[in-house]
Amino acid sequence: MNHVMTVKELCLWYGSTQALKDINIEIEERSITALIGPSGCGKSTFLKSLNRMNDLINGVRITGEVCYRNQNIFDKDVDVNELRRSIGMVFQKPNPFPMSIYDNIAYGPRTHGIKNKAKLDDIVEHSLRGAAIWEEVKDRLKKSALGLSGGQQQRLCIARALAVEPDVLLMDEPTSALDPISTSKIEELAMELKNKYTIIIVTHNMQQAVRISDNTAFFLLGDLIEYGNTEKMFEQPKDKRTEDYITGRFG
Amino acid sequence: MKNRKRLMENAIHGIFLILGLITVGCVLLITVYLVISGIPAIRKIGILNFLFGRKWASTAVEPQYGIFPFILTSIYGTAGAIVAGVPIGFMTAVYLAKIAPLKVKIVIEAAVSLLAGIPSVVYGLVGMMVLVPGIRIVFHIPDGASLLAAIIVLAIMILPSIIKVSLTALEAVPREYEDASLALGATPVETYFRVSVPAAKSGIAAAVVLGVGRAIGEAMAIMMVAGNAPNMPKVFQSVRFLTTAVASEMSYAADGSLQKQALFSIALVLFLFIMLINAVLNFFLKHSKE
Repeated sequence: MNHVMTVKELCLWYGSTQALKDINIEIEERSITALIGPSGCGKSTFLKSLNRMNDLINGVRITGEVCYRNQNIFDKDVDVNELRRSIGMVFQKPNPFPMSIYDNIAYGPRTHGIKNKAKLDDIVEHSLRGAAIWEEVKDRLKKSALGLSGGQQQRLCIARALAVEPDVLLMDEPTSALDPISTSKIEELAMELKNKYTIIIVTHNMQQAVRISDNTAFFLLGDLIEYGNTEKMFEQPKDKRTEDYITGRFG
Repeated sequence: MKNRKRLMENAIHGIFLILGLITVGCVLLITVYLVISGIPAIRKIGILNFLFGRKWASTAVEPQYGIFPFILTSIYGTAGAIVAGVPIGFMTAVYLAKIAPLKVKIVIEAAVSLLAGIPSVVYGLVGMMVLVPGIRIVFHIPDGASLLAAIIVLAIMILPSIIKVSLTALEAVPREYEDASLALGATPVETYFRVSVPAAKSGIAAAVVLGVGRAIGEAMAIMMVAGNAPNMPKVFQSVRFLTTAVASEMSYAADGSLQKQALFSIALVLFLFIMLINAVLNFFLKHSKE
């Protein structure tokens, strides 16, 4: 297995509070990696470090390395916009732009210089198909994306992320605001997408981690407690704290 | 005990109602007064002659009361102020909302508030002493008091409204939109102009309309810099606005004369303009809430 991302000794502070402590992890290509742990354990913070979205928060300080395709993403000569194009992100709350469905998808490609109408049409259709929402919206591409249901909006956001042809897809609790049916659609979609993309997903829902992920990382209070094959971890956790968490004794 | 409480409640409701009605009453009173005192002159002069007459000579032996020059001057002056003031005000708002460091933002916002608080006569005074001579020298014209001077003064005067209203609209754009754009690899500046600004567009439109309202209603400052001659408007010519037309002759027009009546008619026209602008403003504000 190839490793797309290798994290070495990553530490992160918000002001004087340390949110991540010495994280070491390797992410396998074309797999789903689930990040689990109780609220405030640092899993979302960790996820946002991977495409440098934490740069936008005041008072954040980071040490250590995150290597993406053998390049440390914190290096000075890294183009952060190019990095974020390669490492796409889907947020907790569906956040389509207040524009038409078409323009939502075309936003990314247009930003990266694609102006040709036929090519954009192609990308829009391809991305919407990729996110399994094409059939539902193909007749209303010019309508506002805000008119879609929450689950549709979230699949639209996934399609929007796919439209810039990312390599890795970060998902920050993408189903926590959705109903069970929409949730299962997103889960199916994630399992299909892993044939082409590497997916890292933060989830509060341990069943979700078991259902869809290949590897699981368990975070607690900023530490990475255990990381490994999902099935093995849920059957035979190595660490007592992992066992307590996955058997529902806390969190 | 219960009855007394209810009585108290009702009394207070009544007091608030009366206070509210005072405002409405004022507006009604002004409207009715303007319509009653504005109509007679228009009927005597004829509405077309009044609105589209190109010559205003209220004190001539054969007086003429055409306010077309004033209407055009007010429109040109306001349009000019918008063209000059909106880009500056809008860009300032984008800078303050998205780019400026906190300390810089505090200083600029304080300055903007101060600008809003300066009395218009002070704008006029500074314009008269600095701007008018400046225009005379720069453009080599005999007198700098002109439409251009008025436009510049108006543009500066509308800046605070435009900045504040667009700033509020831009700051209300949900952070999630911007995060989504950045996560797609857009740069911050691309994000501001392609996501934040479109998301705030109805608020920004409201800011522009508010600016129009302020500019068209201003009298004192532009009276001091525009020269006040009833010419058809040209950039370097001395001009008179709807507002200044009323203000400059009201003090010496004889009571009951057609001249005085015509001034009321001008006020009525101005009032209608402002009603129209308010309607547009309300439309945008309502739209931005949805």
